[in-house]
Amino acid sequence: MTTKQISVFLENRPGSLAEFCRVLEKHNVDMRAMCVADAMDFGILRIIVDDTFATITMLKDEGYICQITKVLTVEIDDRPGALVGILNLLGDAQVNLEYTYAFLSRQEGKAYIILKVADNAKAGEALKKAGIRVICQDEMEKLFGD
Amino acid sequence: MTRYFQPEQETASREQLTAWQNEGLVKTVRRVWDNVPYYRKKMEEKGLTPGDIRSIDDLHKLPFLTKDDLREAYPYGLLAEPLANCVRIHSTSGTTGRRVVAFYTQHDLDLWADCCARAIVAAGGTKEDVVQVCYGYGLFTGGSGLHDGAHRMGALTLPMSSGNTDRQIQFMTDLGSTILCCTPSYAAYLTESIYERGLRDQIKLKAGIFGAEAWTQEMRRDIEEKLGIKAYDIYGLTEISGPGVAFECEAQGGMHINEDHFIAEVIDPATGEVLGDGQKGELVFTAIDKEAFPLIRYRTKDICILNHEKCSCGRTHVRMTKPLGRSDDMLIVKGVNVFPSQIETVLMNRGYAANYQIIVDRENHSDRIEVRVEMTPEMFSDELSAVTEREKALVSDLKAMLGIYAKVKLVMPKSIERSEGKAVRVIDKRNLYQG
Repeated sequence: MTTKQISVFLENRPGSLAEFCRVLEKHNVDMRAMCVADAMDFGILRIIVDDTFATITMLKDEGYICQITKVLTVEIDDRPGALVGILNLLGDAQVNLEYTYAFLSRQEGKAYIILKVADNAKAGEALKKAGIRVICQDEMEKLFGD
Repeated sequence: MTRYFQPEQETASREQLTAWQNEGLVKTVRRVWDNVPYYRKKMEEKGLTPGDIRSIDDLHKLPFLTKDDLREAYPYGLLAEPLANCVRIHSTSGTTGRRVVAFYTQHDLDLWADCCARAIVAAGGTKEDVVQVCYGYGLFTGGSGLHDGAHRMGALTLPMSSGNTDRQIQFMTDLGSTILCCTPSYAAYLTESIYERGLRDQIKLKAGIFGAEAWTQEMRRDIEEKLGIKAYDIYGLTEISGPGVAFECEAQGGMHINEDHFIAEVIDPATGEVLGDGQKGELVFTAIDKEAFPLIRYRTKDICILNHEKCSCGRTHVRMTKPLGRSDDMLIVKGVNVFPSQIETVLMNRGYAANYQIIVDRENHSDRIEVRVEMTPEMFSDELSAVTEREKALVSDLKAMLGIYAKVKLVMPKSIERSEGKAVRVIDKRNLYQG
């Protein structure tokens, strides 16, 4: 039910994200989604890529500190108000949302929301019960294929 | 007008000074031999007895004391007087929780007050003056030293201690302070604050006695110009007594060491060989008139040059340059002694790697210290709050260890410069030591 996100430590200095992206380019990594959370002097970069295992191995070799975080990826219609329904469901289920970001798919009219919640199982159940499509890792890899 | 607080001592002939030093050294070595087993053992290891020390010509035979000795002998191991005769302690920050504690009898405090009174008088102080002491009071010797010195020479003393700039300036203007005693960086900060408040014309200062940290000639001229004062340097260390071990006169050409109380030597830090005038080396002190804590050949780790030439002020005591550097890795930041090993200890305790770098800089005359720490997989988390909480805990531990705020910056692994495989631990951008 969950998908794998790579969280990477980035130093807060000019050019640090560009350097990171050049590394991805060099290794031909296709990045589907990305978000940066920044503290005063460092940032945490979160990415969704096509081949999580290969990418994290490569990043470690390149000297990056990173880890895999399990998140929920939810398919929604690409229209105003679609996210509200999802957030209401989580609220009703009393699941705390830590952060979220989104990406569009190559599939017409669909968008994907990454949710980092306190309790993946509970959130996943609530979403499924409401008929929301929660993407699993296998499906995720297919999303890159189409 | 040249003024002295104790003209007989301060302008004594070299013969007289030597006679006092001979007598003081012989007496002190005997007392230490009798009362301090720790040092007696060190003498015995060199095959020395008090009889071998007949004058200052024999001084070079005596073993050195270092900060390590002070730590090893902590707290009472170097005490030469029954504790009942001691009336005060002062202490410096130490590494890994072991501080250096110095003891004082009333005689020792009087001697120290005399030294500081000499410094204030040399800066033009009289009993008509209002001396504002904004060195920290407490275990630190800065506050007490200048405070007692100001009392001793009869000035009105404002025991402000450090910080609270608004209150400092209010007292300075309301009570017409004429002599300011603080660290040079605080003097610069006060100067700025006075200008910001538009109070320059209400300041009656004529002199400043600034010590406890390194400062440049440029900084001196800047403060002098802006406040319309003459700024004097003062030197000292808790182990020997505190500020006033040496002080500047109106010639501003080096600090006179109070030679009737302290014998100064400059040695080659590598070999221990005694060097002559004009040669750069580590400053070593022997206290010859102290009761409780009379250190013999104490290595200060401060690098300086001695000058016995006659001074235009008429004082005969040898002059030392400002410290030109350190023979160990100690940093002085905001007047506080900081050892890289203290920072390392905190990092290790918090589970960080020992890959760190300390960057010291000075902005607007105020020191800033930043500790760069290489991130490790163990310390990393996807949760921003978890990482920042850890960082905050580190900052708070550093503050507890060092006594000052140090900024922490988490950096990429292996990003800290290494030379010959070894990380460059300290980058001091202040460029304070001028040759």
